[in-house]
This record gives sequence, structure tokens and C-alpha cells, in this order.
Amino acid sequence: MTLHLSIFLWLPAAAGVLGLLLRSDKVARILAALGAFGTLGYAITAVVDYDRDQAGLQYVTDRSWISELGIHYKLGVDGLNLFLILLTAVLFLAAVLWSMRRPIERERHYWLHLGIGQSAVLGALMAQDLALFVAFFDLMLIPFYFLTIGWSTAENKNAAVLKLVIYTLVGSLLMLVAAIALAVLTKDASGNELTFVISDLTKTTLPEGSQDWIFLCFAAAFLVKMPAFPFHGWMPDGYRAMPLPVLAVFSGVLSKVAAYGFLRIVCPTLPDAAVEFQTLMLIIGLLSILYGSALAFTTTNVRLILGYSSLAQLGFILLGVFALNPQGAQGAILQAVNHGLVVAPAFFLAALAAERAGGSEDIRDMGGLAFRAPVMAVLFLIVAFANLAMPGSANFVGEFFILLGVFNAKVAIACIAFAGVALAAVYSLRLFIRAMHNRTGADTDSREIGVRDGLVVVPLVLAILALAFYPQLPLEKGEKDVVGAVAVAFERSDPERAARENGEDPTQAATPGRPESGVDPAAAGGAIDPATGAPVDPATGTGQPVDPATGGGGEQIQIDPNTGLPIDPNTGQPIQIDPEQLPVDPATGQEVTP
Amino acid sequence: MTSTLLAAAEAPKIDWGGISPLIALLGGAVVVLMLGLFRSRFAREQLVPFLTLVAIGASAGLTIWQWDERLDLISGALRLDPLALTLNLVLLTAAFATVLLSWRANAPRESAHGEYHSLLLTSVAGMVVLVGAQNLVTLFIGLELFSIPLYVLCATEMRRATALESGLKYLIIGSAGSAILLYGLALIYGATGDTDFTGIAAAIEADGLGTDSLLLGGIALTIVGLAFKCSIAPFHQWTPDVYEGAPTPVTTFMAVATKAAAFGVFLRLFDVALIGSSDTWAPFLAILATLTILVGNVGALGQSSLKRMLAYSSVAQAGYMLVGVIVATQLGVRATVFYLAVYLVMNLAAFAVIVARERETGHGDDIEAIKGIGRDRPLLGWALTLSMLGLAGVPATAGFIGKFYLIDAAVDGDYAWLGIVIVIGSMISLAYYLRVVAAVWSTEATATATTGAGPLPALAGAAPDGPSNFTPDGAKHWEVSLVAALFGAATLVLGIVPGPLFDLVRDSGSGLGLF
Repeated sequence: MTLHLSIFLWLPAAAGVLGLLLRSDKVARILAALGAFGTLGYAITAVVDYDRDQAGLQYVTDRSWISELGIHYKLGVDGLNLFLILLTAVLFLAAVLWSMRRPIERERHYWLHLGIGQSAVLGALMAQDLALFVAFFDLMLIPFYFLTIGWSTAENKNAAVLKLVIYTLVGSLLMLVAAIALAVLTKDASGNELTFVISDLTKTTLPEGSQDWIFLCFAAAFLVKMPAFPFHGWMPDGYRAMPLPVLAVFSGVLSKVAAYGFLRIVCPTLPDAAVEFQTLMLIIGLLSILYGSALAFTTTNVRLILGYSSLAQLGFILLGVFALNPQGAQGAILQAVNHGLVVAPAFFLAALAAERAGGSEDIRDMGGLAFRAPVMAVLFLIVAFANLAMPGSANFVGEFFILLGVFNAKVAIACIAFAGVALAAVYSLRLFIRAMHNRTGADTDSREIGVRDGLVVVPLVLAILALAFYPQLPLEKGEKDVVGAVAVAFERSDPERAARENGEDPTQAATPGRPESGVDPAAAGGAIDPATGAPVDPATGTGQPVDPATGGGGEQIQIDPNTGLPIDPNTGQPIQIDPEQLPVDPATGQEVTP
Repeated sequence: MTSTLLAAAEAPKIDWGGISPLIALLGGAVVVLMLGLFRSRFAREQLVPFLTLVAIGASAGLTIWQWDERLDLISGALRLDPLALTLNLVLLTAAFATVLLSWRANAPRESAHGEYHSLLLTSVAGMVVLVGAQNLVTLFIGLELFSIPLYVLCATEMRRATALESGLKYLIIGSAGSAILLYGLALIYGATGDTDFTGIAAAIEADGLGTDSLLLGGIALTIVGLAFKCSIAPFHQWTPDVYEGAPTPVTTFMAVATKAAAFGVFLRLFDVALIGSSDTWAPFLAILATLTILVGNVGALGQSSLKRMLAYSSVAQAGYMLVGVIVATQLGVRATVFYLAVYLVMNLAAFAVIVARERETGHGDDIEAIKGIGRDRPLLGWALTLSMLGLAGVPATAGFIGKFYLIDAAVDGDYAWLGIVIVIGSMISLAYYLRVVAAVWSTEATATATTGAGPLPALAGAAPDGPSNFTPDGAKHWEVSLVAALFGAATLVLGIVPGPLFDLVRDSGSGLGLF
């Protein structure tokens, strides 16, 4: 089945523009809802239709956008972004529905910016061209800027949002330079035409010196956007200033784009730098967890509690990414989806609680709702449990994977990170208890959740439950591409383990000796990255799905990048390489052993 | 040498087709000046601007007619090549928009329509000469031909002290700049023995003059002189005052056209004639560019006058464009010309909105004037928003592509750190551009407009029927809105479909003797 990603991508923005032009608030509202529903329909279709056996990009749209600069309008869906796209569609629909029942000034502009925001986020997720990604990544901030200055009720909204924009664009613009440098240096190294298509960029590995500074620029962009400690300076003010439905999508989706950027761009194109800075990034993740948790259980503003808890959760995701192994990456993507699904209803429920506490967003003014509003309390409880990664929830699975990955990579960091799980319980339960139980606040009006608010929150909670019952869905559908994204970095950071995981199947014993990694970048990139020169990137890994015997959450992953690959015909020979005897570079091991 | 002598002895062959865009402009200037003498108000206020537009249009048409030509004109004094032709179009667009903006403005009414428009046309003609100049003498003639009318134009709102101050300041500083430039050109001639650009390049190449102190002294003075013209720090101090004081349509013209002309000659002089010693001047210019970007952006932060803000912003943008000159590659030339075109589009939109609001409110060009126009005048609001976002380099605007191209050129020319300087500048710039955007969409009530200052002194020679004061009559002039809407939309469209602009600049670098 062919899905036109361009329609998918531009539908929300088109609905917004049309609504603005038609000069009727009511029509604009309906159009916005239709746009969001249509996008969700598209996203669900994509998830259902997505062929998990065919790794690599699907539904590719590829046109030359600016031929002089080698920039393509290339969109595609693969296991890495599939569920993040679905998450985006779900959360934006929730935000639209939530906004619909509340009076909004200059309504048509509101829908326009929300629509553009959704299109920009979808664009950043779908873009398979580095320049296009950067453009969408920067662009997605602008509608949120407008949404905040136009519809915030906060006192210092202008200053807060300016801080947000400058902070995040500092990183983004550095990324712009990094992206251009990456493409130009790749051009110089490979001798090909200038191109920004990501799959082409992964074919050539740059020298380490260039990788390092380019990596740092990318990291600056993504860490600020997440945010991660100590780059979160914009977050408290920004979170307080944003209108609530806007904040729900901002916190739920935009931060994930940053985590996604690491997996989509940084790990495949800059594997050596990723390995080199692995410890630094893990420490940043760890600090985010500890700092976020500590602040989440000391602040009293609901938005900030959720903000700092997001900081901690994104610390986990960062840990997963920079475990640089399949488990960590899988966990990071799963956790990104989980966190988005949790934080958005949490914001909505917090807003409902605040409405019932006389408009105060301070948890000291809330409380005592559970008795008169049991449904709301139950919904909140589910969200809180999911947030603290209760065993049985998908968040648990995600965190488990992440910690397993980190454990395999750096034991010491994993040990400290385990504390984060406990801390999550503290702040989540504190939020729940203070908001729902406790003594009834002075101005509290214990109303039950309304039907129309329920229509927004309940489906999200159901989605959390569904994912809790069946976390395999995103894990399995995305597996090949997620694993492929970190494969090169995995091999360079931990060649022995990579060899062991890849080489367990004796018939594919040549796998660990993925030839000339580091020596011949093109071949290494081709072998590991899905891009093998074919335009649509047929993936090279056929990862054996699940090996129950090996335990580890039942997700022992094996990559066989050689099947179907014309590059390594010699691998048919069953070469047994004992992982213990492997030299540091598996490549040489293979060269030596005939 | 003999050939030069011979050429001097015989009258040079003149390719009338090649200089036809210039003739159209100068002919227009004469006609308009004569027409301005008529007593009929219609002739002066309607026909003069109309004929000016016709002259500019004719010149643009002739430019397009010559599009595929690659010629040396008048014994090599002027060069007709894609760089000159592309920049001609940029200049003529700027002039066209300026005429539209000044159609019902105070400046031509106070100074007389004929003179105003004829000065404008002469100035454009000077710029056209300048961007085609490939000889030191032509360069200087072009420079003076465009500068001197501008000094006068700045002071055309004669009853406003700031306008007079602006004109005087520009005159003094511009003259100093010209003098320094002339000295520099003389030294270059002294070092190389040639005034022709290709001759200079050949002399540098042949005699190994790359580090010759006489030549370097000349280059340094030339840089200083040109830096005055394109307001490169630390020679930019006149810019905010002159921009603020000059009548806004004139400011518009100065902001976009002067930049284009000055960068045209920058490109041709440094990337053709002086390319041999680029190792020496490029680092120096890189430092100037860095300084310019930082000074311009930081200076713009605290401004409440939009014109001052845009003046500092233009300083910063000059710094960005200088990067394209520094790398001295074909790509750099293309990126600079591309950015000049983009810069034209974005600034015209912004200035048109300022002109409109000056006439509609009593706030002049203060940021108060645009508070809430997103609600009252959505068209202007969107135009200004897009223009500001474009100047800040936000994606989906032409400014993003322009910056992308410049950074691409910088990285490609081994000046990756200048790319980082550009983005650092862009970050700072967000603070003031977004302040304007926030004001546009602000929902707070605007402060009541202050009425204009008291009656200004009468001035001898002023048109007797001219209004005595700057009158915010609330009139909504369609031509101003048209300029704002057109170029605001262009900012967006060229950001999404930049292909045509790339086609326009594709050959700009090819005519230069680069590598």
C-alpha cells in the first residue's frame, strides 16, 4: 500500500491555513479537528500497514528540493520513527480536542499555529534529509513561540518564551552549522556530489577530529531541546508560561524529537564520536535523572513537577541511546513513546485538578478530590503508576531495556541509574497523593471529570494500558531499524559483545568480522547501515527476532547484516571466531583467519 | 601599455546595447527633472513618479534583454556579466519599491518631486555603474555618482532637523570614506601599474605582489573606504543615525540598494583584481566580519526605534554577506548575491510596514507603532512577521536558505568558524527580531498616539502647498500595503521554493576570473 507522506505531513498545516482563510471560527475549529483526526488516521494506517519484515524506509518520497545544495525533500517511515509519528498524531489530536471546548481568543490563529506545529514535528520525524530535518527542527519552535505569546496567561510570558526560543535555537543553529559541515566534509572525503540525504551521509565516516566537534554541535541542539541537565535553564519559565494543551504536546512530543535525532542522525553518521563521548553523555543522562527527580519532589507547582519528572525521564532515554547497544536503543524508543503517552494526560489531569482548586497550580492548594471524583482519581493513578514505571506498565519494560543496555555498557552508571527508578516512585506518588488525596484544599471544588474532558483523557489512558499489555508491538515493529541505528556505534564501543551477539548463530559466523570497519568507512557503513547504495535502503540486518533462551527480557537480538548484501560474498564461509580470542578490531581478526 | 595608449587615442567603441540599462536610467532622470518644473500638480505628483517607474522598468527590461551577454563595455571600463546583471535587477527592484513608497510621502513634496526622483534615478545609475565597474576609475565614478545624490536625498525632509542632521552626517562620513577609498585605489594603482581589474590581478600574479607593502596599504585603505559604504564595523557608526533621520523611503533605498552595490564592487574588486593576495586580506576581513556581526546584533538589542533597529540589523547582515566575499570562491560569490536578493526582499517588506505605520499612527517608527497590527492590519502584520523571521533566519523563509547558503560557502571555503559566528549572530538577533514579532501580535492596548510635534519652521524654497508637518492622517495607502504584502509573501515563497532565486544567481560567479 502506498501512503503519501506529503499529504500526511501537510494535512494539519493545510487545515490550519484553510481555517484562517475561511474567516469563520467555527469552521476553523472543525477543520483543525478534521486535520488532527485525518493525521491520526494516516498514522494508524501506517502502523498497521507497516511491513516489519522489510527493514529500511517505507513509503519513501524523494524529490530534489534545492539541487544546488544537494538538499532533497525526502520523507520516509521506518521502525525508528513509526511510533513516534503515531504518538505525535495522538497527542496533537488530544490537544486539539482539549482546546475545542475552551474559549480561545483569535481562534483561527490558534488552530493555524497548532497545525503548523504538528506539521513541523511530523516533518522533523519523517525527514530523511539532514537539511530538511534541521529546517523542520528549527521550524517547530516557531508556532510554539506564537502559541505562547498569543495565548499564555502568564505574567512574564514574553520573557519566558524568548528565553525558551533563544536557548533552543542556540543549539539548533549550531546544529545547522554542524549539518552543513557534515555534508561538506563528507563530500570532500568521499568525492561525491554534495548531498544531505542521511542514508548517503552514513556511507562515509569522517575522520575523528571532525566528528568530535560536529557531534558536540548536534548534542547541544538535542540536549537543550530535551532538555537535559544542565541545559534545562529555559524549562521552568517556559513550562509555566505555555498554555496547557500546548505544553502537553510540547513536553510529550518535541522533546522526543531530540532523542530521536540522536538515533537517526548522530549515532549512524558519527559513530566514533558517539563512542568517544559515550561516558559524557551517560553522565549527563544520569545527572538529569538525579537532578530532575530531586526537583520533582521538592517543587510544588504541578507543571514544574511534571517538567522535572520529564527531565528525569529524558535522562533515562538519553541513557538508553548512549548505551550504544540494541537493548538501550530499543528501550529509548519505547520509553520515548511511553513518556509521551504519560506526560500528556498527566498535564491534562493536572489542569483539571487545578481548575478544581480555584485555578491554582500549586499542589498545596489541591487535594481531597479522590473521594468525590473517583474516576478522575483512578485515571490519575494509572498515569502516575505508568510514570513511575510500575512493573506491568510499558514504562517498566522501557526502563528495563534501558537499564539492561546501560548495564551492558557501563555497569557503574547503571547501578546509580537504578536509584532513578525509586526516585520516580517518590515524585509520582507524591504528586498523586497531594493532588487527589490529602486534606481538601480551601477553594477545592470536587467535581468529577466532565464527559468532554474524559473524551480526551480516557483514550490516552487506554493507550497507556494497551501499551502495557502489548509492548511488543513497538518493540518488534521497530526492532530492525532501531538496532541498525546503533549498530556501527555498538560495534565500535564494544566489539566483543557486538561480535558475540551477532555471531551466536554459527551459520553466520563471519558476522563479527564485519570487514574493515574503520578502515573502509563506506563498506562499514554499507554493512551496518541500511544504506547499501540502493536508493530505498533495503536494510541489511534481518535480526533474529526473539531468542527466549537468552533471557534478558527475551529480547536477545542478533543482527545479520550480510544476508542479501552483495558486499561480502566471502561470508558464506563459516568462519568461527571465538569472541574471547578476538583482537581489538574484529576486522583484523577476520582478515587473519582465512 | 601600448594598447591602453591606443585606446585612449581613439575614441573607444561603445556598445550602446550593453549600456542601455544605464541610458534608460539617466534619460529618465533628465526627463523627470524637466517634468518636475511644470506647475501642474498632476504632472508633478503623479506623472513624475510614474515616469520614474517607467524608466526603472525600462532599465530592468533592457537588463533582461542583455541577460546572456558577456561583454566588456567602453574599452573594458564596465563589464556586462551575470554578476552585474543580477545585481542590476536587485538594484532596480529596490528603486521600484522606493518610488512606490515615496509616491505619497512627505519627502518629495517638501523637496520637489522632480528633483527627488531625478536624484533617485541618478543614484541608481551610479550603482549600476558600480556593480559593472572593472576599472578603478569607473569604480570611483560609480561610487560618487550614487553617493552624492544619496547625501541630498537623506536631507529631503527639509523641515525636520533630524533629516538635515542625517544628510550632513552622511555627507561628511561618506566623503571621508570616499577619500580614503580613493587613496587606497591610488596606492593599488601605484603598486600594480594598472587600473584595470584583470590587469591588476595579472600584475599581482606576475610580480608576486601578494605581500607587497604598497599594495597591502592600498588594499587596507580600500577596505576601510568600502567598509564605510556597506557599514562594516567599526566603520558603521553613522548608520543608525543616518537611517533614523533620513525619510523612510530613502532609508529603504539606502538599506537595500547601497548594500547591493557596495557588495557588488566588493566581490569584483577582491575576488577578481585582488584575488592574488587573498591570503593576506581574507583573515583581516574575517576579523572585520566577526566584529560586524557581533556589533550589529548587540547594538540592535536595545533599540526602540524600528529604523535604528533595522540599521543595526543591516550592519549585522553586512557581516554575514562579507563571509561570502572572504572565502573567495564561486560558491561564496553565489551565496553573497543570493543573500543580497533575499536581504532585499525581507527588508523591503519590513520598511514598507514602517512607512505604512508612520502614516497611520503618530508613533513614527517607534515599536509602539506596530503594537497589535496583527489584529488591526493582518496583512501588514504578517508581512512584518515574515520579514522579521526571515531576517532572523528561521526555516521556511528565504532568510534561512540564504544563511544556509552562506554557511555552506563558509564551510566549503575552510572558514567553518565563520559559519559558527554567523549562527551566534543569528541567536543574538532573535532577541530583537522576536521582540518585534511579539509586538505585532500583542493583544495589549497601544498607548494613545502622540500627535506630531509642533509646527516646524518654514523653509525658504519649500513647496508652498506642501503640508507643514509630518501628518499621520491614518491614510491607508494601497501601494505601501502592496509592497509589504508582495515582499512579505516573497519571503515565505522563496523560503519554500527557492529554485528561481538559485537560477538567478547560478552564473553570478562564473564571469569572475576565479580559479
